[in-house]
Amino acid sequence: MTAPLGTQPAGTQPAGTQPAGTQPLGALPLVEQFACGLDAPICLTWELTYACNLSCVHCLSSSGRRDPRELTAAECRAVIDELERMQVFYVNIGGGEPTVRPDFWDLVDYATAHHVGVKFSTNGVKITPETARRLAVSDYVDVQISLDGATAEVNDTVRGPGSYATALRAMRHLAGAGFRGFKISVVVTRHNVGQLDDFASIADRFGAQLRLTRLRPSGRGADVWDELHPTAGQQRQLYDWLVARGEQVLTGDSFFHLAAYGQALPGLNLCGAGRVVCLIDPVGDVYACPFAIHESFLAGNVRGPGGFAAVWRESELFAGLRQPQAGGACHSCSAYDSCRGGCMAAKFFTGLPLDGPDPECVKGYGERALAVAAGTSPPRPSGDHSHRSRPSGPVPVSIGAGPPASPGLPPSGRALAPSGRALPPDRACDQSPLAGFRPG
Amino acid sequence: MSTETLASGARAGSEPFDLDRPWQLHPQVSVRPERFGALLYHFGTRRLSFLKSPALLTVVSSLGEAPSAREACRAAGVTGAELPAYAAALATLAASQMIRERVSL
Repeated sequence: MTAPLGTQPAGTQPAGTQPAGTQPLGALPLVEQFACGLDAPICLTWELTYACNLSCVHCLSSSGRRDPRELTAAECRAVIDELERMQVFYVNIGGGEPTVRPDFWDLVDYATAHHVGVKFSTNGVKITPETARRLAVSDYVDVQISLDGATAEVNDTVRGPGSYATALRAMRHLAGAGFRGFKISVVVTRHNVGQLDDFASIADRFGAQLRLTRLRPSGRGADVWDELHPTAGQQRQLYDWLVARGEQVLTGDSFFHLAAYGQALPGLNLCGAGRVVCLIDPVGDVYACPFAIHESFLAGNVRGPGGFAAVWRESELFAGLRQPQAGGACHSCSAYDSCRGGCMAAKFFTGLPLDGPDPECVKGYGERALAVAAGTSPPRPSGDHSHRSRPSGPVPVSIGAGPPASPGLPPSGRALAPSGRALPPDRACDQSPLAGFRPG
Repeated sequence: MSTETLASGARAGSEPFDLDRPWQLHPQVSVRPERFGALLYHFGTRRLSFLKSPALLTVVSSLGEAPSAREACRAAGVTGAELPAYAAALATLAASQMIRERVSL
């Protein structure tokens, strides 16, 4: 018997191509191991709040107003304790705009002190010279600044007036503080796909790294997907650009449906939802992935018995996702082994069957399927925390300590009526994203 | 989604691996045992890699205490015939800074 071996970056070797003798007896190829799920996620996305100073038209989580049921700081720390025990390497913190939580920096410190690395996504609103200096000295914190246009005109159309200037100011502060290699995170749209070289130049200017991700028809993105998602020709252009750039550009593994063009892009080329990644939303709900905020993909809540670990290990939904996937209508397609049918969430929110082609299938099957599905209503994303009206510019977010916690509060922080039933959410949230926020 | 550290990582080392030197896991690397071996995450480079067998995990875990990588392999039951494959695996880990030479004080 030959030695087992290897260490290799995961995902660079497609399943089934290991040379004979390098695979331990009885073991599955690594990608298959991942597809069957791990005992703990490798990393996960954690949206800390639905509050946001912006109202981006494509927001995955339909954020804007804080939800009064959001996890308290104490509950967040308990989740971090669990992630430490499960040896989750890091969390991708987002929102909403996570930095508007007054306990945000404390939670980041708590996570890194407990060996859970942090990457957080921000529009830059709270990145001052001082916070930038603080971030620059930590080896365990990474920052992603969201930018959806290389010019203010293209960016602000999607993210709102002033958001380009806010993002660029944050980048200047990070670069000025000596933070090397922070990420500039771009959702690729029909209007910015022609600016890829310009985004790369901006990243170079700040000593940052460019990260491109896919526009999903999730959250408010469902309403703008038809107008914003790249055309078939633009997809090809994007693919060629990514192939030429190789590992210099991060993609969050989000373009694996493009692998059907031929060459796999760097990455796992596997949907990790419920298998190696998941989402914890601001109220503690655990979903298969951040693009699938819908009850069909809801696995449980971290406030339940057994906490997050029980959801990850015992959820029937996740158990189902970890079963071999048949491929359905895509099974006979020559590209199926490359694209694996594409993105579950993209199919779901465009009304396509989950075992059929991705709506952006590069072979054109998605467009045909969409034509067939036309006239039927796709499922709507669950939950909407959008601002009641779209702000004309960034919303000034003022943070107070909030009212003192009253003894009558259940652990969720949600007030109880004398009968013990939960009261309706705090309506003041409609005005201030952080109304009623109770740190603790 | 969000597994991008999987995208990149070790490239085969261009330098031959010196089995007779003392090595250690990089202090910023976290190791998580798995059914197939182990996952490694480097907090400095923010890259993920993996060990494809429990035996390799045994070797890597004991590097820091062993006088040399060769000794760590021997103690883990690696045979002479298997040694070149282990040396290649360790070279890959060294190239991605997952392990590094230990400097004796």
